[in-house]
Amino acid sequence: MDQVTELAYALDTFYFLVSGVLVMWMAAGFSMLEAGLVRAKNTAEILTKNVALFAIACIMYMVMGYNIMYPGDAASAFWPGISFFLGGDNAVEDVLASGGDIYYSGMSDFFFQVVFVATAMSIVSGAVAERMKLWSFLIFAIFMTGFIYPMQGYWKWGGGFLDANGFLDFAGSGVVHMCGAAAALAGVLLLGARKGKYGPNGEVHPIPGANMPLATLGTFILWMGWFGFNGGSELMVSNVGEANAVALVFVNTNMAAAGGVVAAAITARLLFGKTDLTMALNGALAGLVAITAEPLTPTPLLATIVGAIGGVLVVFSIITLDKLKIDDPVGAISVHGVVGMWGLIAVVLSNSDATIGAQLMGLATILIWTFVVSFIVWIVIKAVMGLRVSEEEEYEGVDLAECGLEAYPEFTGTKGSGM
Amino acid sequence: MKLVTAIIKPFKLDDVRESLSEIGVQGITVTEVKGFGRQKGHTELYRGAEYVVDFLPKVKLEIVVTDDLAEQVIEAISKAANTGKIGDGKIFVYGVEQAIRIRTGESGDDAL
Repeated sequence: MDQVTELAYALDTFYFLVSGVLVMWMAAGFSMLEAGLVRAKNTAEILTKNVALFAIACIMYMVMGYNIMYPGDAASAFWPGISFFLGGDNAVEDVLASGGDIYYSGMSDFFFQVVFVATAMSIVSGAVAERMKLWSFLIFAIFMTGFIYPMQGYWKWGGGFLDANGFLDFAGSGVVHMCGAAAALAGVLLLGARKGKYGPNGEVHPIPGANMPLATLGTFILWMGWFGFNGGSELMVSNVGEANAVALVFVNTNMAAAGGVVAAAITARLLFGKTDLTMALNGALAGLVAITAEPLTPTPLLATIVGAIGGVLVVFSIITLDKLKIDDPVGAISVHGVVGMWGLIAVVLSNSDATIGAQLMGLATILIWTFVVSFIVWIVIKAVMGLRVSEEEEYEGVDLAECGLEAYPEFTGTKGSGM
Repeated sequence: MKLVTAIIKPFKLDDVRESLSEIGVQGITVTEVKGFGRQKGHTELYRGAEYVVDFLPKVKLEIVVTDDLAEQVIEAISKAANTGKIGDGKIFVYGVEQAIRIRTGESGDDAL
């Protein structure tokens, strides 16, 4: 029997780690999506941002983020207390004595969680693309991944007051996606729109992305990574019931994305007369965000519908944000924020334990906390070092201004002549 | 010697190249360019908002030929690049003072 317990522990740990690797790969998805939807002159900088934010998220979460989010013995349901660095892992005797309560490695839990915080931070990078200073963004990443995200994560997944009040968020429509979008919105409001995006009389001047194949590849990578994101959040696979649950989560996650694509493509076709690829891509992600709060209890049909509603919402949200002159080059605030809210509310459609009151409380708490604290951090960064590159640097592209190189250099001489 | 510069629709490039080869043109320089004439631009759509593309993609050919070949070149391009629709392009002809082949140092008509 002990050997079976150990084997189950090993299997669940392995499942956790592989799921974490899938979620880690979402960083590649965000990088490609964002690289595709910005102009060529801002490509190298957004890639730098994506790889650097991932690294910062990992370090800050190890230093203090994980301990805030999962404090062990918390000070209160609101304040988890602060401690630093990771503890040791489970001893064999403790695992066997727990009777199945301890069923995966502590380090595998850290690994799975750390890639989630990186996802939340990736959401911010797309929204502030093409005009923010690289290091202002990276300093914000320190606060976001070390404190802002872990605090609200503790309130739900760490067993804080949102969890105690019956707020449900399976894999993070709110905790991860809406949180990232709220931080992004605060940044975008202080940062302003890209130069030339809006005319003096409110007209919208589109700034087309440079590379649609990359944006599409990025979307497919995110879609694939999402199986780890939602599937891994079941946390266990080592018995028939759990294995079935994981399979259903995979199916529902996939169906929601499919529903999102179809709904967004049709909505775009009806509204604009053309089938805008970028809207279809945003639709896929909207479907995925929508199902993330509850991928286990819906039927595959309901999951498709939840995703499809997300796909419709995202198109209208993108148009509305443009009307409000909130410039979001990749649609991150719409995909992760607006549809994240829908995902939290959609939990009540299939999960009888969910109440609309608890869902709205969680939604409002995460939104207000993340937005207000992010806003303050952005303001401080703005006062100390500024948020925006100069107008000339923006015109020439942040690749040259911030990274000193171009993503696609065309004239490079063999003798460094520049020609 | 004459320099014949022609701005044409990109999809007509192969036809023009073939008919120029037939009349004995030895070399062509081609550049992808953007611009507008009477055709003006056209509108495109991105994430729900329309925008005007003022400058359309065209191909610019530069051909230096002997004086007696110039008329044939103009005729060949006019014929091959013609679709009858707006935006077919234009041909300009200039005089050329000198031509030198870098490899051999030949000059004038011999360098063409």
